[in-house]
Amino acid sequence: MSILVNAGTRVVCQGFTGSQGTFHSQQAIAYGTQLVGGVTPGKGGQTHLGLPVFNTVTEAVAQTSANASVIYVPAPFCKDSILEAAYAGIELIVCITEGVPTLDMLDAKVKCDELGARLIGPNCPGVITPGECKIGIMPAEIHLPGRVGIVSRSGTLTYEAVKQTTDVGYGQSTCVGIGGDPIPGSNFIDILGLFQDDASSEAIVMIGEIGGTAEEEAAEFIRSNVSKPVVSYIAGVTAPKGKRMGHAGAIISGGKGTADEKFAALESAGVSTVRSLADIGAALQEVTGW
Amino acid sequence: MNLHEYQAKTLFADYGLPVSAAVAVDSAEAAVKAATDIGGERWVVKAQVHAGGRGKAGGVKLVDSPEAAGQFAEQWLGEHLVTYQTNASGQPVSRILVESCIGIRDELYLGAVVDRASRRIVFMASTEGGVEIEKVAEETPEKILKAEIDPLLGAQAFQGRDLAFRLGLAGVQIKQFVTIFLGLAKLFTDKDLALIEVNPLVITDEGNLHCLDAKVVVDSNALYRQPELEAMHDPSQEDEREAHAAQWELNYVALDGSIGCMVNGAGLAMGTMDIVKLHGGMPANFLDVGGGATKERVTEAFKIILSDNNVRAVLINIFGGIVRCDLIAEGVIRAVEGVGVAVPVVVRLEGNNAALGRQALAESGLNIEAAESLADAAQKVVAAAGGAA
Repeated sequence: MSILVNAGTRVVCQGFTGSQGTFHSQQAIAYGTQLVGGVTPGKGGQTHLGLPVFNTVTEAVAQTSANASVIYVPAPFCKDSILEAAYAGIELIVCITEGVPTLDMLDAKVKCDELGARLIGPNCPGVITPGECKIGIMPAEIHLPGRVGIVSRSGTLTYEAVKQTTDVGYGQSTCVGIGGDPIPGSNFIDILGLFQDDASSEAIVMIGEIGGTAEEEAAEFIRSNVSKPVVSYIAGVTAPKGKRMGHAGAIISGGKGTADEKFAALESAGVSTVRSLADIGAALQEVTGW
Repeated sequence: MNLHEYQAKTLFADYGLPVSAAVAVDSAEAAVKAATDIGGERWVVKAQVHAGGRGKAGGVKLVDSPEAAGQFAEQWLGEHLVTYQTNASGQPVSRILVESCIGIRDELYLGAVVDRASRRIVFMASTEGGVEIEKVAEETPEKILKAEIDPLLGAQAFQGRDLAFRLGLAGVQIKQFVTIFLGLAKLFTDKDLALIEVNPLVITDEGNLHCLDAKVVVDSNALYRQPELEAMHDPSQEDEREAHAAQWELNYVALDGSIGCMVNGAGLAMGTMDIVKLHGGMPANFLDVGGGATKERVTEAFKIILSDNNVRAVLINIFGGIVRCDLIAEGVIRAVEGVGVAVPVVVRLEGNNAALGRQALAESGLNIEAAESLADAAQKVVAAAGGAA
């Protein structure tokens, strides 16, 4: 059990023959992900990394029964790639690319919802169910099949949490990087709901950061909908107001979106919070009694 | 990316929105000429900086002669304007906007942002114009009226009418408001904006709606398809080191502390700053070197961090995912040798080939201390910088 992806997930890569698409596809294949082909318009009929290349996602789906797609195309073309995948009937679309215009995401999100496609990202590390399926750019070797579900707005912070849960031997059910943009395809609530319903995810680690109110909304959701233990860390206690901290979405604007507000909201919802990034593993041990 | 008021008003004028006759000038003589050309008996002169609160800081003035407009320009051009939104040194003034003056009967607020929670462009309107809208939202949220824009349909006239009636407008003002509302919405989507604000949107003595101020923030991710807006970029309004870092595709934000930080990944960079503070130190900066922490980028990152004289020690925190830690260690060693780093450097490497990387650092013979864990790294760097603040 897991969420979003498993050994049966059939993945097609959009932007397959580009440098990013090629490198991370090689890594995914080596990990055992069922990568069934790729899409690069104009290169249909070729073979790349031993897999078929298609001109369109629709063609790829027809030929390979792919049900998930990963997008490595440059930011200006992501909206088009997301919509192409959604219209082709792909159920899970993972967009890794950073720098997608916000208004593109407003349109893409509406259509994905309408067409029943789940979108993860953009500007994210991807999704991995350890030992089964890796979609994205996360380093494979730090993961361990196990019982903690991890959801995060940041790539490298996810890796820290993964490593700590691996080091203490708990492992991960599925790790989801929802991305650091203001308009993510899936938010904390979407993923928390899936973890709550997944028997293999016995505890949840949620890693947030400054900007927006997604963590506050997640806290309200946890209060009434999540019965599993949740450990949370929020990055950016020391971040100044009005400055964008790397991620497009990580900015305290109009005095809203501070780490302190988010910690307070999560604590009031019964979430176990840690002020040090290094304490995630220890906090899990404390709340689960493992 | 922020625009200046004069740039925003040019956009407003292009979209047929009612703005005052105005000229942006960069000399006292040009200010006198602008006022004369615009005509009338009174003018408003405004210092152009990327910050709010200009009026209270003396950066906006009502003048009653072209010469007085010139004097204001003389006073401010080349100076720094300090407002409650700037830091202590303020923002440089290189343009003055000279505008015709209009009589004001009432002040409203109209603005739009991309609202993350609803995933829509949301318009906000209020009868409480001319003041800080954040305060209104906090103290009297019922006075903020909202309209959500459907991404696929765009703004609709009925939404504008609804806001107009709720604001208590009447007669010709309803039609004027709808025109302004639809114009702003079109501007927002055409130009890939992140925020647009008219504060205040005034009712003139004649009873007409008029955009007295204009604030526009552009989505930086979309600048590749907005060359006209990209050309409006004013680097003088940004921190010099931040602008330099951006040229190297390094995300750098200057802070007040003494511990320089170099980290891969934006989230981890924030997490590193936080853990430094938790152990009693204060971070001197946020710096994300990104995934490809090559020798060149690490070298440049060192130069930027060390250009801040407050830095007493540097913490490098790298989680090697795809990149190998031994290669990063090599880059750090070469950079420390090349740049001639005089302050202690603490390095925490984790992930791919971390042990090899730590070994290389230990054998380098340089003033580089390898840390065993994140907490260990934070303790070591705080001690190296002279202990907890």
